[in-house]
Amino acid sequence: MTESNGNSQSKMHGLWALTNRELKKWYKAPVIFILSIIQPVIWMGLLGKAMNIGAMFSGGTFAIPPQLAQQFSPAQLSLLGGYFAGLQTSILQSAFNTTDYFSFMAVGMISFTALFTTMFSGMSVVWDRRLGFMNKVLSTPVSRAVIIFSKVLSATLRSMFQAGLIILIAIAFGLQFGIGFNPIYVLGVFGIMFLICVGLSSVFIAITIRSTRIETPMAVVNLINLPLMFASNAFFPTKFMPDWLQTIAKVNPLTYTTDAVRQLLIFSTDWTQLALDFTYVGIFAAIAATIGMVLSWRFLSK
Amino acid sequence: MSEDVIKAEGLTKIFNSHLTAVDHIDFSVKRGEIFGFLGPNGAGKTTTINMLITILKPTDGKASVLGFDIARQDYNVRNVIGVVPQEYTADEDLTGVENILLCADLYGIPRNIAKERVIDLLKLVELTDFGDKKVQTFSGGMRRRLELACGLVNRPKVLFLDEPTLGLDVQTRTATWNYIRKLKKEFGMTLFMTTHYLEEADALCDRVAIIDHGKIVVVGAPEELKHGLGGDVITLGIKEEADVSELIQSIEHVKDVKKEDGSYRIKAESGEVTAPLIIEALRRKGHTVTKLSLTEPTLNEVYLEYTGKSMRDAEESREAFASQRMTMRRAHQ
Repeated sequence: MTESNGNSQSKMHGLWALTNRELKKWYKAPVIFILSIIQPVIWMGLLGKAMNIGAMFSGGTFAIPPQLAQQFSPAQLSLLGGYFAGLQTSILQSAFNTTDYFSFMAVGMISFTALFTTMFSGMSVVWDRRLGFMNKVLSTPVSRAVIIFSKVLSATLRSMFQAGLIILIAIAFGLQFGIGFNPIYVLGVFGIMFLICVGLSSVFIAITIRSTRIETPMAVVNLINLPLMFASNAFFPTKFMPDWLQTIAKVNPLTYTTDAVRQLLIFSTDWTQLALDFTYVGIFAAIAATIGMVLSWRFLSK
Repeated sequence: MSEDVIKAEGLTKIFNSHLTAVDHIDFSVKRGEIFGFLGPNGAGKTTTINMLITILKPTDGKASVLGFDIARQDYNVRNVIGVVPQEYTADEDLTGVENILLCADLYGIPRNIAKERVIDLLKLVELTDFGDKKVQTFSGGMRRRLELACGLVNRPKVLFLDEPTLGLDVQTRTATWNYIRKLKKEFGMTLFMTTHYLEEADALCDRVAIIDHGKIVVVGAPEELKHGLGGDVITLGIKEEADVSELIQSIEHVKDVKKEDGSYRIKAESGEVTAPLIIEALRRKGHTVTKLSLTEPTLNEVYLEYTGKSMRDAEESREAFASQRMTMRRAHQ
């Protein structure tokens, strides 16, 4: 039968067809595509440039009061001025590990994108079920695992594309690379993005695949999305957070993802820390993907 | 291989351990025939078809398609069947050709072969000129034909159609029937379809199974079922309150009388001769006939005979359901 059909089926056949279907919906719809580019630009502009923490320490914000200035000689004053100017750099350096908050934040955007893109692409599962496409695919000889893989893969590819885009935009806006940065480190960024996206999207797909109403996964996403984002080091260093929040941030895989990207791009790379980040996110991805895919697979094989 | 292409024995599906959607049904479909499942919304038609196309596991009983067990050899089943779902599943953002190629990929058909088939399939469903247009520009009938083309891309031996003309206007429905007939005639394909349109089952199916509350109440060729009712149906109303069933029953040719909502359903051989006899007999007893109709039996009469109710109510709720789904689709766009 298989011969007369002329089919050449492998265990993974249909994977690219289904993944490409998802991707086509994205890149063939110009409005969605452009919006997905504009969104990180807006976020970077708002958070990175509006919350210009560096500016708080520079020039005008901090002048020596005139009464105080009278007590010092001009030589002492210029020494003091130099001290304060140095303070700015040193505070930023110790708080953010870089002197440029924009660079700090822009890199945080990358994990932000991973979270949002994977969450919302999980929604397509609900539509596929509601519109009957899922049932149609289930009646073809495509493996159940491939159906889930294709969802994970398309979410991952989209996020990785956006990550690359954010890096480019950030460079245009004045991203300051760390000392010893090598362009090859960007591959590392894609590596960590791949891991976190596979993990996150597996979890979201396991949640959405059970739902025939779009409202349910929406509520879940809204509930956990921003808390997960702010309970990480994406926008602010965890060491200034209260203890309980630090504890959450310490188990949050986004913290490790963001740190890895920072280590690679804007910090002077700490290889031990980077190895830890990759191990943690790798283990998270493996566990999340296993649980998520097993749950989805069991649901589809019911 | 046996002549039975599809065979179900005691096939049962119970949802959440209490909702029995399909209740121990037995039937078989012969090679090359169009077999229809007729019944109202919620009768268990779609649940049955979903078990046969291996997307639902039966709770009890078994079924096979071309000798492959639907539960244990689901992969083999999926390879030899084609499915045309109730919904429009084609991707609106893609073109007709892209949609068929996507289906071909799901069966692992190599691109070069798939491209040849796309040309044939578009010709078959008369969409050749629209292959490169996005599906969102298609009319309902065109989408239905595209679904048909997608379901045929793996050259199936058995094609499953779930409500193939749901929501289509009369002309488009008739056109769709012609495509289905063509498949049977030209390719010797076996077709299993569900429908809640009586005319559709009558016009299209070689054999029909009437399903109600998850059970098959009768199976047979539409003609056979209609003749089995024993002739024509006379519906008659009288002015008076009195029950005249026995009087009518005593008239020659009358086989059965049922009183329903103040009117009488009379089954009689050669109704056109019997009707005047009944009027005459009633008048002699001082009754006035207020209305009378004579119908040759349709599947609706068959349905009524076996389930005790008309299918019209169910049909109305079905239309509401379809319109609700259309609203949802629009919200998505």
